Amino acid sequence: MIRIELPAHLRTLARVAGDVSVEVDGEVTVRSVLNALERRYPMLQGTIRNHVSQERRPFIRFFACGKDLSLTSQDIRLPDAVIDGSEPFLVVGAIAGG
Amino acid sequence: MKSVRVLVGTHKGAFVLTSDAKREKWNVSGPHFGGWEVYHVKGSPADPNRLYASQTSGWFGQVIQRSDDGGRTWEPVDNAFTYDGVPGPHTWYDGTPHPWEFKRVWHLEPSLTDPDLVYAGAEDAALFCTRDGGKSWKEMPGLRTHETGQRWQPGAGGLCLHTIILDPDDPGRIYTAISAAGAFRSSDGGESWLPINKGLRSEFLPEPAAEIGHCVHHVAMHPKRPGVLFMQKHWDVMRSDDAGDSWYEVSGNLPSDFGFAVDIHAHDPETVYVVPIKSDSEHVPPEGKLRVYRSTSGGNEWEPLTKGLPQKNCYVNVLRDAMAVDTLDECGIYFGTTGGQVYASPNGGDSWNTIVHDLPAVFSVEVQTLS
Repeated sequence: MIRIELPAHLRTLARVAGDVSVEVDGEVTVRSVLNALERRYPMLQGTIRNHVSQERRPFIRFFACGKDLSLTSQDIRLPDAVIDGSEPFLVVGAIAGG
Repeated sequence: MKSVRVLVGTHKGAFVLTSDAKREKWNVSGPHFGGWEVYHVKGSPADPNRLYASQTSGWFGQVIQRSDDGGRTWEPVDNAFTYDGVPGPHTWYDGTPHPWEFKRVWHLEPSLTDPDLVYAGAEDAALFCTRDGGKSWKEMPGLRTHETGQRWQPGAGGLCLHTIILDPDDPGRIYTAISAAGAFRSSDGGESWLPINKGLRSEFLPEPAAEIGHCVHHVAMHPKRPGVLFMQKHWDVMRSDDAGDSWYEVSGNLPSDFGFAVDIHAHDPETVYVVPIKSDSEHVPPEGKLRVYRSTSGGNEWEPLTKGLPQKNCYVNVLRDAMAVDTLDECGIYFGTTGGQVYASPNGGDSWNTIVHDLPAVFSVEVQTLS
């Protein structure tokens, strides 16, 4: 199971508390994890990635094991610690404002 | 026993305000969708417990919520607003071509007869609709692909389709308004559109009386007289007696004819309400006095309504979708401000009470009269 940590507003929208877990078939990548997340929680479609292009929304960032994966391809394999469930995949809302 | 339900969209969530027909004591429910911008909440005339809300965020994009129990509980429905085909460019502020990009839904207009049919006005300007209660949305591309579409330019708030009016006498007739393209009318249920801006003058345009390019802020129609329209334009309060074919100015003695909101008394199609705002560069009431102006003659002669409203040091704005009327025997008028107040008049504007005074900035106010 892949653990995913969501921003508070998306946890509210998906009606979950704390981390969510999803099963991923095949290679565990940013894309496959997000696909699995959106299949399980369809209300999150369009809130993390653009509906059409599937590109990351500008104020969303992805992290795993201390690394920023926001600007890398969505098709890179996630770290082993995320795949074995010991570390979460982080979906983070960018801090903005002032 | 009749009652009213006021649906308020704000900068940080939605609120549902309810009262009996006296409109003296109010119950406040919310925030719903706290922390999200809620541009609009509206109920179905065919099923008053069916509500739709447009919830948006700069981080997370667009969500549409639906309630089947009058706003007690909500379910997110489809939020995929995808333009039909490959959208070409519209014109950017500086005159250059700019790609059409969906940003948010400004206005939701449920059908008068079918609770599952809802029209949505989007930024960048386009008309969408759902026929299955929000499970899926499709663009009605005839408006965006109008031959003038590539020349449409955004107003300061974006290229937004903010007004949708359905004619109760003619199911095929729909009015829309876009900042800053102008007003449009369809006679075939939204398949094709005609710009209806003859008589409007906008001095900021190279051709002030151009076919399109006018910053229409809001349009109101009385359901018993659907051929007569009132418009609050960027500057000028306008009236049409021929379903938008032509317009004439009825600003008359208003202290300023700039403003956003306009609405019509539920039982008298000649009684119209506006909230004058000082100017386009100062979005505050003239002289720091919050005044609703009422005309009982269909425009030109206006009287200030001030009883119960702040008459000094008031510097709030009243946005385009933030005024509504109920249909009780003594018509109630409601409006919300960017200072977070929602005011109600249970007597057609003669006096005003504050329902709530510390909400987030109010974007929209709608009223349901319940039996």
